[in-house]
Amino acid sequence: MEHIPTPKVENVRLLDRSSGQRKASTGTLYLSATHTIFVENNPETRKETWVLHSMVSSVERPPTIPAGSQLILRCKDFRVFQILIPQERDCLDVHASLVRLSRPEKYSELYCLSFNPNVNKEEREESWSFIDLMADYKRMGVPNNLWVTTAANSEYRVCDTYPSELFVPKSATPAIIVGSSRFRSRGRFPALSYFHQDTLAAVCRCSQPLSGFSGRCQEDEMMLQAVMKSNPGSDYIYVVDTRPKLNAMANRAAGKGYENEDHYSNIKLQFIGIENIHVMRSSQQKIIDVGEMRAPSMTDFLWGLENSGWLKHIKAILDAGVFISRAVADEGVSVLVHCSDGWDRTAQACSVASILLDPFYRTTKGLMVLIERDWVSFGHKFSHRYAHLDGDPKEVSPVIDQFLECVWQLSEQFPCAFEFNERFLIAVHTHVYSCHFGNFLGNCQKERRDMRLHERSHSVWPQLWKDRAEYANPLYKAELSQTQGVLRPNTTPYCFKMWKGLYNHVEKSTPPRQSPADFLSAVREETQQLEEELTNHQEVPPGGNAHHHLGSRQEDRSSDREANHMGEDGGSEEED
Amino acid sequence: MEFAELIKTPRVDGVVLHRPFMPTVEGTLCLTGHHLILSSRQDNTEELWLLHSNIDSIEKRFVGSVGSIIVKCKDLRVIQLDIPGMEECLNIASSIEALSTLDLVSLMYPFFYRPMFEVIEDGWNSFLPEAAFKDLESMTDEWRLSEVNKDFSVCPSYPPLVAVPKDVDDDTLRKVATFRHSGRFPVLSYYHKKNGMVMMRASQPLTGTNGRRCKEDEKLINATLRPGKRGYIIDTRTINVAQQAKARGGGFESEANYPQWRRIHKALERSNVLQESLIKLVEACNDQSHSMDRWLSKLEASNWQTHVKEILTTACLAAQCIDREGASVLVHGTEGTDSTLQVTSLAQIILDPACRTIRGFQGLVEREWLQAGHPFQQRCAQSAYSNSKPRQEAPVFLLFLDCVWQILRQFPCSFEFSESFLVLLFEHAYASQFGTFLGNSTAERAKLSLPEKTVSLWSWVNRPQELERLTNPLYEANSLVIWPSVAPQSLLLWEGVFLRWNRSSKCLDEAYEEMVHIIEYNKELQNKVNTLRRQLAQLETEDPLLQTP
Repeated sequence: MEHIPTPKVENVRLLDRSSGQRKASTGTLYLSATHTIFVENNPETRKETWVLHSMVSSVERPPTIPAGSQLILRCKDFRVFQILIPQERDCLDVHASLVRLSRPEKYSELYCLSFNPNVNKEEREESWSFIDLMADYKRMGVPNNLWVTTAANSEYRVCDTYPSELFVPKSATPAIIVGSSRFRSRGRFPALSYFHQDTLAAVCRCSQPLSGFSGRCQEDEMMLQAVMKSNPGSDYIYVVDTRPKLNAMANRAAGKGYENEDHYSNIKLQFIGIENIHVMRSSQQKIIDVGEMRAPSMTDFLWGLENSGWLKHIKAILDAGVFISRAVADEGVSVLVHCSDGWDRTAQACSVASILLDPFYRTTKGLMVLIERDWVSFGHKFSHRYAHLDGDPKEVSPVIDQFLECVWQLSEQFPCAFEFNERFLIAVHTHVYSCHFGNFLGNCQKERRDMRLHERSHSVWPQLWKDRAEYANPLYKAELSQTQGVLRPNTTPYCFKMWKGLYNHVEKSTPPRQSPADFLSAVREETQQLEEELTNHQEVPPGGNAHHHLGSRQEDRSSDREANHMGEDGGSEEED
Repeated sequence: MEFAELIKTPRVDGVVLHRPFMPTVEGTLCLTGHHLILSSRQDNTEELWLLHSNIDSIEKRFVGSVGSIIVKCKDLRVIQLDIPGMEECLNIASSIEALSTLDLVSLMYPFFYRPMFEVIEDGWNSFLPEAAFKDLESMTDEWRLSEVNKDFSVCPSYPPLVAVPKDVDDDTLRKVATFRHSGRFPVLSYYHKKNGMVMMRASQPLTGTNGRRCKEDEKLINATLRPGKRGYIIDTRTINVAQQAKARGGGFESEANYPQWRRIHKALERSNVLQESLIKLVEACNDQSHSMDRWLSKLEASNWQTHVKEILTTACLAAQCIDREGASVLVHGTEGTDSTLQVTSLAQIILDPACRTIRGFQGLVEREWLQAGHPFQQRCAQSAYSNSKPRQEAPVFLLFLDCVWQILRQFPCSFEFSESFLVLLFEHAYASQFGTFLGNSTAERAKLSLPEKTVSLWSWVNRPQELERLTNPLYEANSLVIWPSVAPQSLLLWEGVFLRWNRSSKCLDEAYEEMVHIIEYNKELQNKVNTLRRQLAQLETEDPLLQTP
């Protein structure tokens, strides 16, 4: 065992500080290649605590106290463990091991590349085809006569951080694409994120133009023109620059910047003001500190919340999504979204817009698809942002945390609109950081392909899908008006709350907290059993709400529709 | 006085009504002695019936010849009436102002209101002290019901009947009353069946600067202690405030004279501070242009959530002393009519499952607020929009309801009633067709002959259709003590009251209906399955052949 001189220490005391545990438990600490494991001495419970090395964000060693040497383990899911080791020498060993093991230097050290669930090759391959992005594009109606697939980026020739399969406006020739990509940061040219069938307007994404103070590029201008032309209902497009205007202007000095409205005909430029990854990193640290405060006063808490700026940032991201979804759904105008490189704020804004625009992305499978599309395939730098490997701490930032929180804030306003519950969002959050599965490894599709991840690791989505009953929102109801169509959230500041489920573990673990959602889930489960029992007697009353019942209702509706169509056909014949 | 004198223009046509999250309505505005009515005279649009007593303040605005009256209500709603004609508008405005600020209680609407429903049970007799004492008698014989205050002469703010230790006679009570602020001698508030510990409440002792003592007072409260046991006195004031009270003749129980009691001081705020806090909070909630930073800092500066936290913390402390420490508790502040009642009533919500039922909660409001002499009329005369200088107004009861809501939110399955019951009590405490919250004490209510001349809120609430509306579908009787979290992260802004008129509740209402539907459908199936099982069992007994496999 490399890096682990002392794999086992006895008489260790562990305190799970984040769960509000008051008294430390005594037990044995084990270090494996992948986990820190603590087993309680108490023969009755023998409770085990497992912490994946990749979930550890920092290991502190406060000054030694008479009872022994201490370690404080902070995790990426905001749990905090306090460990007391009797012998200082053991503590030094454990500390050194954890520091090394929690900061892997190579991908090959990560858990997903050694994790081997008991499945065969076929099942593994199947796990990777569980989410099919092309099928989702087809679901939203592309390719069509407005948006077509392009081979320009096959083998990642034009843009190495983009997916190889992309949709672009029909009138965008390869020359335009290549020309436009040369005029965009990292070659990230405008490509389709979401197509709205109802209005034929689209959400597109790219990175900032390399315009400097006066630069222009004919192909890029033609590209934006092509985006506009692919929406027959509108004679202009919005260009949403998700950065604060000052930041965008500052970028011009470095030869980058934003679109000059004089050069691009028919665009309306809109700045949103989402702050950069550095601001977000320090903001999240502050809100974590708020969650960890011991016995704060109300003033401490509210002041901490305000001072962190966190909710302000969440609001900005949600506002970006609202702007885009309104443009697309209400005005029928296409939107091109970018920030600097187009992989952080752009991913946030586009995916929030999709959640607002399309009920499918509010289902369990839909959210998986959305994350695979706007985040994984479009080159969000997961390994850099979530510190999978020991690297530049300035690259780390809670970008997807903020997206997941936007979804949570929406689910508070629309309790019936989401098929999944808070636990699902937290599970996704954990997996983004844990490297338990291969989905989020690396920084772009090309990197993952070069690593042959599909052959060497497993996909997380089928795992989460298997547990979907646990992640189900009992109030989800597809027929309700809030579930269908476009969500129009209220983004007044008082509609935002601190996400305790993520930042405050204390609440969750203090018994006997009652959760209406869990109660309702149990009731629904029982209802289903009762329905089954009654089906045996063919006695199910009308108005039921369990799953197989829903199915039968949908069948009713489709047969109605058929009847209508037949009637219409008949009518037109008569007119002729 | 005739209301007609105050109504210069009883009727205006072509008035446009703007309400939050509702379509505008054009119609005829009518003023009656007690109501502002707007009707479109069409079947499909809702009419507005607003009690004048619900109006907190009004503002006038003029654009050309159209005047607008902005009506700000005590339930925190803000509506706007556009009235054609300058003179009509001014007349209406001055009438509303006069009618909404009538001081004479006997002119209030409850004296004119005739119920349109059948009274099944007269609420005025639903929660008499005798009945509550019967329950107590079934658990202990250490207490008696004293008639010392029969004619309200010993303590004007107490009910005629109070529970006191059995061995303390009425003469002693009279002496103790002279030693306590406004005569509020220590009485029983709650008996904890589990361990026989009690919670008492009183007002401050009148020790003054000389350290006056009263042997009878000491005897009375010591009579509630088990041999060798110590009790806790929870003073809702800080030690400094309590010290300063001595200069005005008040004070607190000294260690020397009350050696068997441990005194704990808490910092619950007094009425004027609370009123200011409410005004600031509502102002913050109503300004939708705030940035996130400004909203959070305004919320913080209002201190409302701090008050909620402090009150709940003190109630938890009292409950802990009783349930965990096995000690008896005496709670008081200065007068014993405000913060004291917040603490004693919330402690009972925590400790006693009976208080978490609809009827039990009504009983609690009766015992610990109405009969205990919380001056509702003074405290609820004005709400958050009042322009006039606050006199004795304070949202003491609203804070109590807010605290109950916080516990209800943390224990959504432990209460028989839903949030809507709490909102209803808030509304009726400030403006109502019922007489329940009129007056400041039982004595005043008797003098006004409220039980004879007005209808009780409980008469209306305790009818099947109303009870059904207020019932919490998640309720499962829970006999446990429930300990709420008082961490700031666990305490939320009560949206159902403070954001009620500022955001659409459509989605939340839908979710609530869906929840009700899930539970009702489940019950329906359970009934069906049970019926079938019974039928099957019956068939099996009737037909012995079926039993053989």
